Amino acid sequence: MRKYTPKDSVQAKSYYTDRFWVAPQMPKFEVEAGSQFSKIVTALKKYSKESYTQLGQLIIHINKPTDNIAVLTILKEKFGYTMCSELSAVDYLAKRGEFEIFYQMLNVTEALRVRVVCQLALGSAIESIVPLFKMANFAEREMYDMFGIYINNHPYLKRILMPDDWVGHPLLKTYPLQGDEAASWYEVDKIFGKENRDAIGPENRDPANVDRYDTKRFSRVGYEVPFGADISGGEVAQPIEYSKTVMVDYQKEQKELKKRR
Amino acid sequence: MQVTNKLTPFFENLNFERDDNTMVINFGPQHPSAHGQLRLVLELDGELVTKAYPDIGYLHRGIEKMAENMTYNEFLPTTDRLDYIASTSNNYAYALAVEKLLGIEAPRRAQVIRTMLLELNRIISHLFFLATHALDVGAMSVFLYAFREREFAMDLMEDYCGARLTHSAVRIGGVPLDLPTGWLESLEKFINRLPTDIKTYEDLLTANRIWKMRLEDVGVLSAENALSWGCTGPMLRGSGVNYDIRKEEPYELYSELDFDIPTSDRCDSYGRYRIYMEEMKQSVRILHQLIPMYAPTAPQLMAHAPQYISAPKEEIMTQNYALMQHFVLVTQGMRPPVGEVYVPTESPKGELGFYIKSEGEPYAYRLKCRAPSFFHTGLLQEILVGTYIADVVTIIGNTNIVFGEIDR
Repeated sequence: MRKYTPKDSVQAKSYYTDRFWVAPQMPKFEVEAGSQFSKIVTALKKYSKESYTQLGQLIIHINKPTDNIAVLTILKEKFGYTMCSELSAVDYLAKRGEFEIFYQMLNVTEALRVRVVCQLALGSAIESIVPLFKMANFAEREMYDMFGIYINNHPYLKRILMPDDWVGHPLLKTYPLQGDEAASWYEVDKIFGKENRDAIGPENRDPANVDRYDTKRFSRVGYEVPFGADISGGEVAQPIEYSKTVMVDYQKEQKELKKRR
Repeated sequence: MQVTNKLTPFFENLNFERDDNTMVINFGPQHPSAHGQLRLVLELDGELVTKAYPDIGYLHRGIEKMAENMTYNEFLPTTDRLDYIASTSNNYAYALAVEKLLGIEAPRRAQVIRTMLLELNRIISHLFFLATHALDVGAMSVFLYAFREREFAMDLMEDYCGARLTHSAVRIGGVPLDLPTGWLESLEKFINRLPTDIKTYEDLLTANRIWKMRLEDVGVLSAENALSWGCTGPMLRGSGVNYDIRKEEPYELYSELDFDIPTSDRCDSYGRYRIYMEEMKQSVRILHQLIPMYAPTAPQLMAHAPQYISAPKEEIMTQNYALMQHFVLVTQGMRPPVGEVYVPTESPKGELGFYIKSEGEPYAYRLKCRAPSFFHTGLLQEILVGTYIADVVTIIGNTNIVFGEIDR
């Protein structure tokens, strides 16, 4: 029987797995009573389903992704989390059919960090946090570009790292690692036009690809031939010549200068 | 109106002539002052910028995707290519995030060496900033001076790890090598000399009439805006917010070291320039304190965690079990616990943090690199509006963006 390969994740897989291996968990700690974190947990009680601390940071899982603005507003205005240092998504489509979105918040005056985590079902959009934090302008665009997550009310939702007319969202687990059909025609279509696909052929996007007989882009050390020469019949070995390092002997030149004077 | 055809496709097309007297100009992606691959579309009214649109992605290599398909140790050299001006800071930020995930700590000697390398990298990066920024503004000689000193610092890096640009000088769990003989003496010679060199730059620039005219009240950024746009590092401290992760959330040996965090209330490019100069002096001060800390440490360089980290070479060559562990760790990769971490560090440019989500596999389930320059580029669309076209290059240079970490 042929080995089963899952279609919902084409990521690299470990070739050896132990059936009886249970991966340990990173320890989660309860929120210390009386700390600022515990006040946050009480204030966000009706929004959150789980809160704990890890590595000195508070992690809050909120119920609904639509609550993100409300939660971040409370954090910003009541608790002084004036900076959102990072936001992005994690692809859990294969396991749970949803994305996990996190907002990493920073309180500059008290040096505290909170991570707000929410789950976003496939096909639904999330509200933009640009009115609260302008950094989200770029960060949400990147999230849209990389995962295809739509952002409601974003001022300029456009791809940021990939070209505007690119097909697919690269950080999805289903995005092919090699053999991307659309990617191999992208530049061919752009430069020569779709109608010339037959004449040009697909672009080889493997960076390690070396065409043995292409003398326009590659040359072999010791077998140099003129640019564009046909070497399908083999090439003649050339003696390797190393260039001599020409160094100026300042001592000697100085002496000669003095002599001339 | 330009004619759209196959060789000038629509996304390259810009309507240069407009009815309303504004002009659109395209800056980059190939421009000597673009600090890499920044494309900036500016709408001008006379010489005044009325709209700015930074366009990035010309150096996108999918480093976060690569991280999901490489084992943790395999990925480490790739982090060199993020902020390639100060590679060790990236290596370190990544290694620290993985160490927090694994719950291990590097031995004392490794910590001393790492802190030294981090500060040396800060000096290298700041010298590069000063050189290119001065060159952008028109001070050619500072470029030559600063690159001379940077060369000495890079020689030190080369003596330690063999590389000048892509160092990979840090490993998960410690450092690969001990300091070579005589390295500390060379370092001491360098840091004894550097303050006089910094004084040379300051003599050339700080009170220079042209320099002040070009930098003062240019690129004004209020504290509120800096926080909202996610600015960190000298950009944030230049707006009067005293936040340095080395002080506020100390990692490595920074809690034991005595140093000051320079800030400026000027909120302009000149204030940020002064911060960079002062930070170099503070790095020299830190390095002076680190040199005597090296000698009393035990010679262990890598953390002892057989499940995750290979044993030292001598043990691998003599003990069967260490060899087996090493074989498994090299061929399969370490399997960290299930969990997620976000670990911030203070890189020369700002807050460099790695968010790692692990599902217990040898490959990270998700790795997000929080790069300071990414957010500083986003800021350009606001900070450039209302400035003159001549100041655009000053502001880009002053934000100290590096495209390796913006596009990733």
